[in-house]
Amino acid sequence: MATSKIDDPRVIEFDVRTDEMLINMGPQHPSTHGVLRLVLRTDGEVVSDVEPHLGYLHRCAEKIGENLTARQWVPYTDRMDYLAAMNMNLGWSLVIEKMLDHDLPERARHLRVIISEMGRIASHLVAMGTYGLDLGSFTPFLYGFREREKILNLFEEACGARLTYSYLTPGGATADLPAGWTDKCLQFLAEFKEVIPELHTLLTTNTIFVSRTAGIGVMPARMAIDYGCTGPVLRGSGVYHDLRFHGEERYTEMYDGYVFDVICADPETGLYPESNYEFHGDSLDYPEIPRQAVLGDCWHRFYVRMLEVVQSVRLVEQAIEKYEATSGDWGTPIKLTQKLPAKEAYMETEAPRGQMGFYVVGNGDAIPWRVRARSSSFCNLSVTAPLCQGILLADIPAIVGSLDVVMGEIDR
Amino acid sequence: MAEFVDYILNLDDSWFSYLVGALVAAVLILHVVAVGALLFIWMERKISGRIQDRLGPTRVGGKFGWLQTLADGIKLIAKEDLTPDLADKFLFKIAPYVGLAASYAAFIALPFADGVVGQHVNTAVFFVLAVLGLEVFSVILAGYASGSKWSLFGAMREAAQVVSYEVPLGMCVVVPVLICGTMNLTTIANMQAGYFTNWLVFNDPFTFLTAIIYFTCATAGVNRAPFDLAEAESELVAGFHTEYSGLRWSLFFMAEYSSMFVVSALASILFFGGPHGPIPIADILSFLSIDQLGNPDVQAFDETAGGFFSSVNLQVIIARLLGVGNLLFKGIIGVTVMMWIRWTFPRLRIDQVMTMCLKYCVPLAAVGFLGATAWQALDLPTANSLLGSPRYHHHELWTHGLEHQQGSENASSEASDDETPHAEDKTVKADEVFANTVPVSVVKGGER
Repeated sequence: MATSKIDDPRVIEFDVRTDEMLINMGPQHPSTHGVLRLVLRTDGEVVSDVEPHLGYLHRCAEKIGENLTARQWVPYTDRMDYLAAMNMNLGWSLVIEKMLDHDLPERARHLRVIISEMGRIASHLVAMGTYGLDLGSFTPFLYGFREREKILNLFEEACGARLTYSYLTPGGATADLPAGWTDKCLQFLAEFKEVIPELHTLLTTNTIFVSRTAGIGVMPARMAIDYGCTGPVLRGSGVYHDLRFHGEERYTEMYDGYVFDVICADPETGLYPESNYEFHGDSLDYPEIPRQAVLGDCWHRFYVRMLEVVQSVRLVEQAIEKYEATSGDWGTPIKLTQKLPAKEAYMETEAPRGQMGFYVVGNGDAIPWRVRARSSSFCNLSVTAPLCQGILLADIPAIVGSLDVVMGEIDR
Repeated sequence: MAEFVDYILNLDDSWFSYLVGALVAAVLILHVVAVGALLFIWMERKISGRIQDRLGPTRVGGKFGWLQTLADGIKLIAKEDLTPDLADKFLFKIAPYVGLAASYAAFIALPFADGVVGQHVNTAVFFVLAVLGLEVFSVILAGYASGSKWSLFGAMREAAQVVSYEVPLGMCVVVPVLICGTMNLTTIANMQAGYFTNWLVFNDPFTFLTAIIYFTCATAGVNRAPFDLAEAESELVAGFHTEYSGLRWSLFFMAEYSSMFVVSALASILFFGGPHGPIPIADILSFLSIDQLGNPDVQAFDETAGGFFSSVNLQVIIARLLGVGNLLFKGIIGVTVMMWIRWTFPRLRIDQVMTMCLKYCVPLAAVGFLGATAWQALDLPTANSLLGSPRYHHHELWTHGLEHQQGSENASSEASDDETPHAEDKTVKADEVFANTVPVSVVKGGER
């Protein structure tokens, strides 16, 4: 493994053979999704070695967490994975509730499912759109953002913010959904379902897109597990693992009574679960897997996200039904100065990018003694170096984009 | 233009009239390039906006934001002209001009209508392609001279790309040349006069195939998506123009957009009838006799025509304006299709571009070439002949004309073997045959 070979590029550059070139991709580069820096060792177009460098977006979020109370830190979780801030709020809320043994009312549970699955849709839309952008296709990006904008409008109506919500807090949510919100949400879902086939046409089944992604960056299931990949990256390699099914009880009980599929290809047959979800009387057919695609390649990672969006739509529809059927309140947020017991708690949730874990140690004070976040993007990014060996330069955006990393979550 | 100046000033083939003519043509073409770029950049913004479900520019210059490009241009001119420290200063500065000059020069031989051309070139097809090929140098120079690794990648990609697409592009262009038997773009265009069924693209299935391949390769030739590898912004930051800013950067853009128009106009002349509309309105209205159009230099602005404002001259002018409108319209359609493709498809990878061009386009172009040749040789029906509308076979004239020539040549060569001038004589006469007889036969509806 050629990792940790390049420590200081200035030194190494003298060591480079004449036909090799050391090149910095990032931190300011259009396709490194923020401030990721990749040091590439290239021989013409062929990349022989990639070394990711982190730390350009480090904001000491964990240390700040050790100086604030549990509720005060919620806005900082927003800024970790800023594309799925709702899911970040949820992860932190759950770990604090676990620590306090705080139980939620039924209505709050369904509200959280609605909000976090809508957040997943928004996040996957960005992942899908920027992936198109990485491959040079502009239009799907705008289509994705157009739909995401509608979700943001809904979120804004619910909590007043469009990016950093701080909506789900330990103990429930800051407020109930406003009147008429669920109708608007259902209307959005109905419109959105029309758009999904469009996106499949523009990207998933597009010949150029397939030839750019199928068979590129193949990650076997074993390797995905070894590197600690989670989320769509793991499931794209054919590992059946989704915390909404396999997680801790405190988390999975949120999804009790919901019907949805874990989107993961069967490693034996290479087939995805049948689309048994219907809308407008027609079943939403999944496009066929192109014959060039290999399980675990960029195409499959992308495809898993596309199908997960459909499952999220399904979940939100069920959740809205259940939410409206239950009465009660949306949970009581814990006090701003709620004292944490002197014990530790760790909790992982299925965020759009994978398993997002929060670890907190209390010492009887309102301010936690230790706060730690286990980031999914960080582990997912670690496969960049082994995946990007001996590929062409143009494949690097394809591979890094398919991992769908958010630098805010990696550096924290 | 020269004959017009001759006519106005009552000169007789003076150098002065040629100079004035050349200057006027140069200025007019410059306006086509500059205004064309303005229009196309605005179009690109509006079209991409509409494709992406947004509005595009809406404010500058009224409702449709049509002055947006001008505002951008002013901004670009006002920007600092940066040259990186590591750059090769001379090459860095000259590179944009090479590109602009190349795409500008290609307009010289491009006939906008019958007789509306900067300079009549008998090998115009060859000239346009060769000069457009020079544009590649600007990309390679810019990439090499920038002193940036990303730019160097762009230049390398362009060099790899150019050897891929030039081969099938040349093979596609040969097909109309083969069918028409001339490299003169004006003559090729005139041979497609009449109804749209007479366009070479509908001549036979192979020319149709060739037209598609030509357009694909031309898209690659002008570095448009999905072949914009030299400036692939998601991989190479901005490729060869990473280090450029301000006016120099905008010159690259002008060159790109004007060469987009050149290849589209060339496609329309070679395959889609050029300045001849789908329906010969002027002919139908008996507005003017196309005999004048067929031989512009002789008939128009001639002493024998009877005064500048004679009906013949006015009709010729109106017919030419119609032709210019047709060609511009077709060129803009081609450019629009390129934009449509750009905003729909992802980008190919460099190896895929080379595979596509060399492995698929070259054999297909070869099939098109052989097929079109066979179609001509076997005298198979064209779309035009099947419909029975103004009937005219391209190959009829050509082969018959040549047979006639060959017959006379054979007769003479039997008499004396070492009379070399005969060969030249033959080609000249063949060209005359196309220039004069073709349009006549079109008008007469195949009475020939």
